This record gives sequence, structure tokens and C-alpha cells, in this order.
Amino acid sequence: MNTHSVTRPINASNTTGWYTSSWGAALLVALPVLSVFYLALFPEENIWRHLADTILPVYISTTLKLLIGVATLSVIIGVTTAWLVTMCQFPGKRFFEWALLLPFAVPAYVIAYIYTDILEFSGPIQGFLRGIFGWHTVKDYWFPEIRSLPGAILMLTLVLYPYVYLMSRAAFLEQSMSLKDASRLMGCTPWQSFYRISLPIARPSIAVGLALVSMETLNDFGTVDYFAVQSMSAGIYDTWLNMGNLGGAAQIATMMMIFVVVLIALERIARAKQKQFHSTDRFKAIQAYPLNRLRSIFAFSACLLPILLGFIIPVALLVAYSISHLDQFFSTDFLLHAGHSFLLSGSAAILCLILAVLLTYAKRLNPNKIGLVSAVRFSSLGYALPGAVLAIGVIIPLAAFDNTVDAWMRSQFDISTGLLLSGTIFAVIFAYCVRFLAVASGAVDSSLNKVTPTMDMASRSLGMSPGKTLIKVHFPLIKGGLLTAMLVVFVDCMKELPATLILRPFNYDTLATFVYQYASDEQLEECALAALLIVLVGIIPVILLSKSITGTRSAH
Amino acid sequence: MLRKSLFAFATLTTALSFNSMAQAEEVNIYSYRQPFLIEPLLKAFSEETGIKTNVVFAKKGLLERLQHEGRNSPADILLTSDIGPLFDATEKGLFASFNSDIVNTNVPQQFRDPEGRWVGLTSRARLVYSSKERVKEGEITSYEDLADPKWKGRICTRSGKHTYNLSLIGSMIAHHGEEKTESWLTAVKGNLAQKPQGNDRAQVKAIKEGVCDLALGNSYYFGKMLTNEKNPEQKAWAKSVNLVFPNQADRGTHMNISGAGITKNAPHPAAAQKLIEFLTQAESQKFYADVNFEFPVRPNTKRSDLIEKFMGDFKGDSINLQKVSAQRSAAAKLVDKVGFDN
Repeated sequence: MNTHSVTRPINASNTTGWYTSSWGAALLVALPVLSVFYLALFPEENIWRHLADTILPVYISTTLKLLIGVATLSVIIGVTTAWLVTMCQFPGKRFFEWALLLPFAVPAYVIAYIYTDILEFSGPIQGFLRGIFGWHTVKDYWFPEIRSLPGAILMLTLVLYPYVYLMSRAAFLEQSMSLKDASRLMGCTPWQSFYRISLPIARPSIAVGLALVSMETLNDFGTVDYFAVQSMSAGIYDTWLNMGNLGGAAQIATMMMIFVVVLIALERIARAKQKQFHSTDRFKAIQAYPLNRLRSIFAFSACLLPILLGFIIPVALLVAYSISHLDQFFSTDFLLHAGHSFLLSGSAAILCLILAVLLTYAKRLNPNKIGLVSAVRFSSLGYALPGAVLAIGVIIPLAAFDNTVDAWMRSQFDISTGLLLSGTIFAVIFAYCVRFLAVASGAVDSSLNKVTPTMDMASRSLGMSPGKTLIKVHFPLIKGGLLTAMLVVFVDCMKELPATLILRPFNYDTLATFVYQYASDEQLEECALAALLIVLVGIIPVILLSKSITGTRSAH
Repeated sequence: MLRKSLFAFATLTTALSFNSMAQAEEVNIYSYRQPFLIEPLLKAFSEETGIKTNVVFAKKGLLERLQHEGRNSPADILLTSDIGPLFDATEKGLFASFNSDIVNTNVPQQFRDPEGRWVGLTSRARLVYSSKERVKEGEITSYEDLADPKWKGRICTRSGKHTYNLSLIGSMIAHHGEEKTESWLTAVKGNLAQKPQGNDRAQVKAIKEGVCDLALGNSYYFGKMLTNEKNPEQKAWAKSVNLVFPNQADRGTHMNISGAGITKNAPHPAAAQKLIEFLTQAESQKFYADVNFEFPVRPNTKRSDLIEKFMGDFKGDSINLQKVSAQRSAAAKLVDKVGFDN
């Protein structure tokens, strides 16, 4: 037996199956990303020089500003609110616990449209101000421009901070109270205890949330396009569609993935020396700090504000728009679209969870196999690709597979099998898995990491196989994390648009594509109802999610 | 249980993919055009011919899907809302040539590929919208005028890399060469009131709000705004502007098209050709033009009253669009070079 058994739990021979199948799965998921690399390396016409000389520096600096802005604001909002609702006692706390997740159900492009409607020149706020002060044209006064880089940072933060909130709340809930008690006994104030104990312990989880926020920010296209912010994803679309150069677009996309790799590596280096596991008393109930009146008011406002801006106002507006278009609801194949959305998102969520468990557990079984660990990390890169580029990355291997099978069947049996996978819902679900595996893996990984390896050792030394250990020992411990993973993927898939549009079969609509048909014309009113329904559907898992997270502690 | 559901899932997808192959008389369309514009026409086509139509709509990526699906692609027709994808598909060899007397009679040569690989179905002009209040009639008469320093801080446009602007800049290159176009574009950039943003309608709105006095925009948006009952505020935008058809004294106003081509590996080429012929018929042309305020490509088709009233007779640039499209990539590079969107 190895003496470093904590980092290298059990190395029995029966982990080979896990090893091989996880390699296979990681490669499969990596195929679209590899296809994009291929496009980048062998472009039809190489315009890299031109890009580097002209527009690329603009794309890069804009993207950096956007990333830093969204990441900073998300951490401030996400961690503060998570701490308040977990560790403090104030009126409304129970409501905020789940309501803080609500903005997660609102697609970024929808919120961008809505706030433009409210804040632009012809919107109600500026109109009101003009009425009061007697201004007439734009040139008479100054008003912050919503369609700008700061505007984009705000919009993205409002719908993305829940990732940080979700992860840090789960981490705070899972923390052992004894550490905190000890710190308080040794004379720390609640703030010091937060900074010195709770925050560092929660840091890996916060980092996971932050990584998701950063990747969503990187691949957002709807908002940056609408706000004319020249980020890298806007650059990818410009280069591909307007310059007709897919190779150049793939090159920028590749650079964006390098961004992500650097981001993740920095984060890993930063916490390389931090590794802790639960101590056994995590089931002791959390004793929340009661807040005095003034502090309660502060806590209440701090929690209400993000919900108000990220959910209540946009949804209220969608409802108002919807009422005038209620007839649409009855005149469309609405249930059919909803059914398609559920089928695609549900299948992808289940498949993603299976893949995530397979990959993270295989990594746990083989922590020293660098190749496998890198392959697993590589498999989550799909998340950093803008949806439409990912779709092309999916089309290439699937079509190659279909055409190869077809050619072989023709030559051997004179039968044409045509396209088996391309243009079917399989292509769409596969794309979802590639895109959102990172989300599932992140959640599963952070849960699994918190289970001490001594659990594995005990189970394995009692003769259980790795598979049985997973099912009997780990699953009960991390079921909250698993559910989180699945539901987050589900909601993300419901909102996904560009890849769905490109890959879907003939005559096939989902809620999102249905919304898009109208929204693409910037006619928000026309599609408010369907947009509202996507949001509502997104809320159900959000509520379940919150219940399950709270349940991970209180149930015991 | 997992294994079971996976198996069920696999069966389902396989069944679906085979199912889609089993149909008889049908035509499969990859469409860049929005469904509400084409659905009524497709329905009429199915009723007349008994041929079923299947559609995938997306604003991007369909060309690549077609390309990689290769000889097994189910698509018969690529329907586009701009010359750009038609040109790209032709360049990539994705279209088959077809020769139809009906199409040749209905569509003037200017709006067709010389080798019959694509055909235009509607046309539109790229106009200058000018403020009724702040720009005198006749003060601007050409695209070249946009570079005049007197317009400093008074022009609005959407992204220079949007496909409509790329075609316009491409036509400038085709007529004047790259060097002259670059200095023109630099001067126009210097005259912009704000960073290029929003769609064509948003520019007209900006004129109404006093952000700028001139804007570039496609002709049909005027009709769509003026008759917009669902968003009546757009009527006010349209009423605040005059329509300028540039370059009436020389080459004519820049024109673009929506169009279609039949794919090289089309499983139903005959049905596909029938559909394209159908779309060039008088009634289809009239419908198209009426619904979206575009111009029919078929000569002597009756145009909507609105178009007759506001757009009457004007001279369109008669350069073959093939030549304009060939300059689109050079145009995009120019946009980067002068930092038009920055």
C-alpha cells in the first residue's frame, strides 16, 4: 500500500473498466472541440495576420474587461447573499434562500432586451425625466447608455451571479460548525471568522461557480451583439458570417479556449495547497447569527436587490407584454414545442450526469494518471465555445461518421444508410452534453471532493468494488450535488438556442427556437409569452434545487 | 434502469432518423428566411402540387451543415435572405446548376447566377434615410456624399460588418476600387454620431430621437415601420424621415436580393425546381413583396400601394450581384482596417 493514501486512495486492478470507459467518454465529448482545433489549424483561407493586425487586440481587451467586471460583481453579489441567507437570521431569509436563484431562469438575451426597452431614450425612465426637466433631444442631457460595455457587464451579472450563489451556499452549508465555533472561541469576530475560516474553506466551490460564470460570459453572444460590445464571441461571429471565414472564427475560438485553460490553471495553482475534507460533525445544525434591526434591513435589501433587478422587473414586463398577446398561446403548437424542449433537455441532463459521474469518479480512482486527468479536464472545454461554433464542431464528426458508415454499407451490401445521426435529435442532445458537461462535472466534482478518501478505503477494504462503493457510499452522500448538476444542465438546455437552431431536425421547434423566430426581429412583445414560459419552466428546477440543497443539511 | 433508458433513447433516435427518410413526394428546405415569411407560400405550394415541404430555419450555420453532410444531405433547397450565403454556397460548389425556362422568363438576368446555380426571389434597395426636420431635400444624393465633412457627427448605421453593409461596401469596391473605398469608409466613420449598433430600424429611431440626421437602411423596413400596428411608435419613426435613393444621377441605388439555390446532392431535384418556379410566379411574387414590402424580381408584378406611393420608380444599380459579392470579403477587411465598428 502506498503511504500517501490520501491522495491515492485505492489502486486495485478492477478499476481498469472505469479507466478505459472514462477515456472513451472524454474523447467522445472532446470530438467537437478537436474539430474546431482542426478548422483553426487548416483554414481554407488564413486571415490570422489580418485579424492580429487590426481587430484582435480590440476583441481581447474588451473581453478581459467584460470578464473582470462580471466576475467581480458576481462574487460580490453571490457570496454576500449566500453568506447572509446561510449564516444570518433576518426576516425573509427563508424566501431569499430560493428566490436568489430565480434570475438564473432568465436568459441573458431576454434581460438585455428588456432593460434596453426600459432605459433607452424612448423608454419610460428617460421619458419621465424629460417630462420633469423639459429636455427634448438626446443632446440636452446625459444619461448612462445601457447599450455599452458596463451595460453588458450588468446584464450578464444579473443572470449569472446565481452560479456563485449556488456554489458558495452549498459550500457554506456543508461546512463544519466546529471550525467556526473554534474560531469564535479563540476570539474571532463573526467577520473575522468569515474571512479567516468560512471563506477560505468555501473558496474551491466559489471558484467552480466563478469558472462557470466566466465561461458563460465568454460565450455569450446575444447580449454583446445587441449592445455592440466587441468581445471575442462577437468577433467569432463576425469573422465566420460576415467575412465568410470559418477558419478564422475557429482560430479566435481556439484562443478563447486558451483563455479558459489559463483561467482554470490559475485557479488551480491558487488553491493547490488547500485540501480539506468534511469532519464528521457536518450534520450539526447551523446556528445563524441573529441580526439587529439595522443590519436586518441591510441584509434584506442586499438580498432583494438582485432578485428585483434580475427577476421581478423583467418578468413583470414580460407578463405585461404577454397579456396583450394571449391569443398566441391558443393558436400555436405550444404543447408540442414544450414537449420537445423537455425531451431534449431531460435526455441531455441525464446523459450529462452519467458522463460527469463516470469522468469524475474515474479521476478519483486514478488520480495519478495524468493523461486521464487531463482528458477529463479537456472534455469540459466545450462549455467555452459559443453555441453556433460548437454546432459546427458537432456537425463535422457526426457527418463524417454517417458518411463513412454509408460508404461502407454501400460498398459491402449496396445499401445506403444515409445520415444516421446528423439532423436527428441525437445531434442536438450530443451538442448539449458537450456544451454543459462542464457544469455537471463541476458540481459532481466539488461534491465528490468533499467526501474523504477514508470512506473509499473503508468500503474497498471491506470488499466492495469501485462501482458498489460509488452507489452505496458516495451516492447517498452526494445526492444533493448530483441533483444540482442535473437540474442546472436541464435549465441551461432549455435556454440554449444557437446550437439547437442549427442542428435540429426538419419541422422541429422547441420553446427557445419558437421565441427566437419572433425575438430575432427584436420584437419582444411578440414572443413575450413563450419567453415567459421558458422562465417559468426554469423556475421549477430552481425551486427543487434550492430545497434539495437546504435538505442536504437539515434532513439529517 | 439507466441502461434501459439509454437503450430506449437510442431506439427512439434511430427510429426518428429512419422515419424522416420514408416520405415520398417532398422537398426539404434549409432556410435562412424567417418561417412566417415563407410558410403561407409553402402551404399554397403543397396545396397546388401535393408536394410536402420540410423546413429547418436558422440564421446561421445551415451552409456548414449542408457542406459537411455531403452527398447524404437531405436538403434540396437553400433559401437565403441575402446574396452572401448564395455566393458562398456557389463558391463552395454546394449548388447544382438548373435551367428552367419559367425561371429564366420570370427573373431578369441581373438577379440570376450566370451559370444557373442561384436565383433571386425578391430585391431591396439600400437607402439613405434622412431627417425631415434637419436635412433639406436634395442635400444628399449619393453614397459618396456620406463622406462629406458637413455630416460630421450626423450619421447612424448598424455594424459595418453586417451583411447588408458589406454588400454596399462591396459594391463601392466593385465600382471605385479598394483604395478609394477605403478613404470613403474612413471619412464616413469620421462622420458617425455613435458607434455602429442595433438593426436598421434602430437607426431610423435614432433619427427620430435626434441622435443623428442620416442613416443607412434597407427599403422594406420603411413599409414595416409605417404599417406597424403592434408597435405604433414605429410609425412615428418612419414619419420622421425622408427616403433618399442614392446615385440616381449615375449608376443607381445599391440592390440586394433574397434568393434560393438547389443543392448539388438534392434527393428531390425535380420537386425543388418546381418550388423555385412556383416562387417566381406572379402571385407568389406579389405575396412576398406585399408581406415584407420587398420588390418583386419579376418585372411587371403589381407592387403594393405603399411601395408605389413612397418608392415609385427609381434606378437600381444594374451591376451583376456576382461582382459585388466577390468583394464582400475585401469589404470586411476594410471595415476592420479603418476600425469602423470600434
